[in-house]
Amino acid sequence: MLVIEDLQVELAGKQILKHIDLEIKPGETHILFGPNGSGKTSLLMTIMGYPQYKVTAGKITFKGVDITHMPINERAQLGIGMAYQRPPTIHGLKTRQMVKICAGNGDDVDPEALARQVDFVDFLDRDVNSGFSGGEIKRSELLQLLAQNPDLMLFDEPESGVDLENIALVGNTIAKLLQKECSPTDLKSMLQLKRERTKMGLIITHTGHILEYLTADKGQVLYNGVLSCADNPRDILRCISEMGYEECVRCAIANN
Amino acid sequence: MRNREQLKEKALKAKDKPAAIGPDLDLSQYDKAPVEHRYIDHDELLSLPSLEKERLVMAGIDITEQERVGTYIQKDTAVVHCDVKQNGIEVIPIKKALEQYDWIWDYYWKLVAVDADKYTAAAELDLHDGYVIRALPGAKTVYPVQACLYMDKNNLQQNVHNIIIAEEGSELHVITGCSTSPHMKRGAHLGVSEFFVKKNAKLSFTMIHNWAEDMDIRPRSVAQVEEGGLFLNNYICMKPVRSLQMYPTTHLVGENAVARYYSIIVGSPGSEHDLGGRIYLKKPGSRAEIVARTISNGGKIVARGHLIGEVPEIKAHLECKGLILNGGIIHAIPELEGHVDGVEMSHEAAVGKIAQEEIAYLMSRGLSEDDAVATIVRGFLSVDIPGLPPQLKAEIDRAVEESDKDVM
Repeated sequence: MLVIEDLQVELAGKQILKHIDLEIKPGETHILFGPNGSGKTSLLMTIMGYPQYKVTAGKITFKGVDITHMPINERAQLGIGMAYQRPPTIHGLKTRQMVKICAGNGDDVDPEALARQVDFVDFLDRDVNSGFSGGEIKRSELLQLLAQNPDLMLFDEPESGVDLENIALVGNTIAKLLQKECSPTDLKSMLQLKRERTKMGLIITHTGHILEYLTADKGQVLYNGVLSCADNPRDILRCISEMGYEECVRCAIANN
Repeated sequence: MRNREQLKEKALKAKDKPAAIGPDLDLSQYDKAPVEHRYIDHDELLSLPSLEKERLVMAGIDITEQERVGTYIQKDTAVVHCDVKQNGIEVIPIKKALEQYDWIWDYYWKLVAVDADKYTAAAELDLHDGYVIRALPGAKTVYPVQACLYMDKNNLQQNVHNIIIAEEGSELHVITGCSTSPHMKRGAHLGVSEFFVKKNAKLSFTMIHNWAEDMDIRPRSVAQVEEGGLFLNNYICMKPVRSLQMYPTTHLVGENAVARYYSIIVGSPGSEHDLGGRIYLKKPGSRAEIVARTISNGGKIVARGHLIGEVPEIKAHLECKGLILNGGIIHAIPELEGHVDGVEMSHEAAVGKIAQEEIAYLMSRGLSEDDAVATIVRGFLSVDIPGLPPQLKAEIDRAVEESDKDVM
């Protein structure tokens, strides 16, 4: 479980997240909406532990451990992973090596098999993110998460820049990572599978396309650093597309 | 002896002439007298003391000789091992070649000027030895010829002259390691090298330097590449030295001739490296590339590069990237010189530190900060060298791997 309580965050001296309260239970996936610059990526980066996002008040707890001031790599080891929107290029580091790093450098990882799942085998011997298109970056990030297999996954706009052909691949892979696939067997009913879900997800989206591939448990709207709304993600999406984020301002004021 | 007297005369006049760049050395402080070492055969090579063996292996020498087509090992001033296993490939000590073969005079001092500076002059006036490696027309090697210039006697000034010839249509790979015995502290190494890549020949030359902390190194090398020829020149120096200065030059004298230089240099505290590469593109269709990766760990590195396009339809690129890890100076001096319309020349130079963003990215995949930095540095040092056999690539990777433990 991820619990965020009254979190306040500054970036370069400016407050960018205000009194955030958020709770993601095991098996739950939340969708994070919000206009550009509202602080969505900042919230993900803060959860991941990027030190330039300075926590000035509040607390983040994951699996019962206070991680508010924990270094990034310890959070990763505790089971938090992120699919970045614009990850840096690392020259000379092959994607294949990166996959091994994600898997903890064990011998049992099979980069080819994992890469096949996201149609990325041809990129294994290219430098990580070097010259990758928008869609290739998404698949590379998903490949890394497949290898890392974290319990809480943070997705920063996973469908932006992805062409129509690949959107299903991206959507279905995220569903798989978050154990949202519909694959009841003779041994287990869908209900059992649902109960046994442990993976948690927090997905930033503008378009909501991702909702065509997985059901999310909750939608959140971040507006100007404030979480203004928590509702059924489809309802939120409809509301935003009909009335824009203006309506969220009213809700935010009403909440406070 | 042909024009040897003339050469000596010219050398004498230049014996005190400082180099154009780099710290000046007082050569009178070193011993130049020949040091006797007896010849050792293959079996004795295998039973060298493990410490010495290690030094050879570090410099890229395969003492089993299994994956090598020839071997030349010089200890101090004496040739201690020299053999060749493939027809069409010749490995000959240069002193022997000068005594026995007429053809050597078509190459000896034909590219490097004997009176360039006091270091070239010393190599003529007190020549110890050196290797001549030649691939006969059409001969192709899969495995490299290996050469090692090993220094054992403290305070020695080792003067060598090497000549490498890839005859028409041949393919030759040479790996050469320079190293010192574990107890050696100070000395100087002056090495003249002349490379001849003939029509449609391919030569790769990979040099791994593994010196002692108080060594002064002054290589002097010039290459000439004819029509359709390819010259790959790789240089790796990741261990401390006191000073190293070189500016290897290549003349692309035939159409579609290609030269590529790749170097990886780590500058430790107290070290001063001044190195560059200069390539003259003299015929249409010729191409040149110079790639340098430098890391300063507290040392001083001057990384030069100079491309000269003399005719149209040539293409040349220079890339110089430096990382300052623990202080020190990296001074990149890229120069492009186009003499006519229609040249295509570019350069890319960057000196900086490791991006925090890259460290954080790797940490979010589970690596500790130190491991993240090490991974980025390893990536920085790994350059793809097109045309290099996988085996030599592995050799370079191993040398980098071995040394980057010390870099951290």
